[in-house]
Amino acid sequence: MDLESVYTELIMEHNKNSRNKHSLDEADISEHGHNPNCGDDITLELKFNSDTISDAAFTGSGCAISQASTSIMIDLIKGKSIEEALELVETFIAMIKKDTEDQQELRKLKDAMALKNISNMPARVKCAVLSWHTLKEALNEKN
Amino acid sequence: MMLKQESTVKEKKIDQDFAEKYKSDFPILNQQINGKDLVYFDNAATTQKPEKVLNAVDHYNRTINANPHRGAHTLSVRATEAYENARAKVRDFINAEKTEEIIFTRNTTESLNLLANSLEAVVEEGDEILISVLEHHSNILPWQQLAERKNLNLKYLYPDQNYRIPLSELKEKLTDKTKIFSISQMSNVSGTINPVKEMAELAHQKGSLVVVDGAQGAPHLKTDVKNLNADFYAFSGHKMLGPMGIGVLYGKKDLLEDLPPFLKGGGMIEYVKEQGSTYAPLPEKFEAGTPNVEGAVGLQAAIKYLEEIGLDKIKEHELELTEYALEKMKQLDYVEIAGPLDLETRGGIISFNLKGIHSHDLATIVDSEGIAIRSGHHCAQPLMKFYELNSTGRISFYLYNTREEVDRFLESLEKAREVFGYGS
Repeated sequence: MDLESVYTELIMEHNKNSRNKHSLDEADISEHGHNPNCGDDITLELKFNSDTISDAAFTGSGCAISQASTSIMIDLIKGKSIEEALELVETFIAMIKKDTEDQQELRKLKDAMALKNISNMPARVKCAVLSWHTLKEALNEKN
Repeated sequence: MMLKQESTVKEKKIDQDFAEKYKSDFPILNQQINGKDLVYFDNAATTQKPEKVLNAVDHYNRTINANPHRGAHTLSVRATEAYENARAKVRDFINAEKTEEIIFTRNTTESLNLLANSLEAVVEEGDEILISVLEHHSNILPWQQLAERKNLNLKYLYPDQNYRIPLSELKEKLTDKTKIFSISQMSNVSGTINPVKEMAELAHQKGSLVVVDGAQGAPHLKTDVKNLNADFYAFSGHKMLGPMGIGVLYGKKDLLEDLPPFLKGGGMIEYVKEQGSTYAPLPEKFEAGTPNVEGAVGLQAAIKYLEEIGLDKIKEHELELTEYALEKMKQLDYVEIAGPLDLETRGGIISFNLKGIHSHDLATIVDSEGIAIRSGHHCAQPLMKFYELNSTGRISFYLYNTREEVDRFLESLEKAREVFGYGS
């Protein structure tokens, strides 16, 4: 197992100093996500400007993978429409589950592609996908 | 909340030969994981099986296997003998008075669920169930559900800052309404060994039934249910070198006889009529359906193996390893121990955290060094909440672990620090 391919600089940086880890004033939606088996626990907050995600942030606690995945996801979805964000969620989950090799699609994930190698670590998949599932829940509520 | 204290224990010589002598009995341990010799430190979750257990199960399946109890043919008779011999072995192992006091279940969880289900018959609205916040979920949820079904009060004992439950806490919480007191012999998180004999005596004085969860106790502590005077005692085969899927519920005969059955079906009946049935005597009353005979045979072999070495010797070895690991870990300022720091009332389970590194990340990193440890909440969320822990890493020892393995584990902590950008 190649640890460096998992604990990359990008992931470690997002884990340690996430600019996205704080509460939002007057969030439109606050969605709680929890991995009951391991205790990762996040609250994702979203603000909307009609159908566009105008701001997002999170609070909570968990391992480096879950925290970095959440932070990277927030960078990616800010300014995206609900529809675009939902597509990105599907692409990310497909990447982690090894359901897609479509490079053009995967490139849309930008920095989140750094989490691709988690797909080789079944025990940690749930850490990586927690925030993405939480986002999907939140967006489906908004719709 | 974590504690750092000066240890009072003195340096002792580790009997390195002890583990080396037995390790080769366990074929699974002779392999590499991620390019490194496997170090198996997850024994509180499940243990490995020696050749003698593997062979006993294999021999049973190759030469004896049949459905026991109801057959007239030779194999069925032999399968029955194998199953009942295993029951007698378990009886002797915990020094129970009677063979029919030994009920085979799937595991500790099923044993406790059986009890919480059947004990519904002896409780009334307003009665109290007393457990502790140190318990595994399997010794919480069945009682929580029973309390909800019957409008009972579920009360908790709380430990002190050193992860111990003082007897004064038990005296305070026991009332005339306490009908069931259920406590673990050893915590699966902190390694705390509870003074269950003294606790049972106090609870009995108040007229309460006493249930002891021996999931972590039975594999490591010589247990005599008569001396302990527990009314019920539950444990699992797979945590003591036996197969998964075989567990035990011990209960005093007169108590078990008065309780209604748990699962219903084949094997546990006397007469079945279209309306209404009568049940088989103990232990069959509590063993509906085809039992796990190969599991029982494997458990018998595991007990025999453990007894040949001696549980006392195994415990001594585990405590020497624990002492060694604790001494080293206490010297690391980035390690926080979640459990008692002295050896008086603890077993070979050490929960801990590395500052700034989540236990899941730690488990992944030490796994890359071939070392198996557990991370998370260890099915004990109320305990984690009580001590304000999000999660912990956990190492747990058995007879085959060595001091060299502890050294390799300590080195892997340094590696985790490096990966996370902390200087060593």
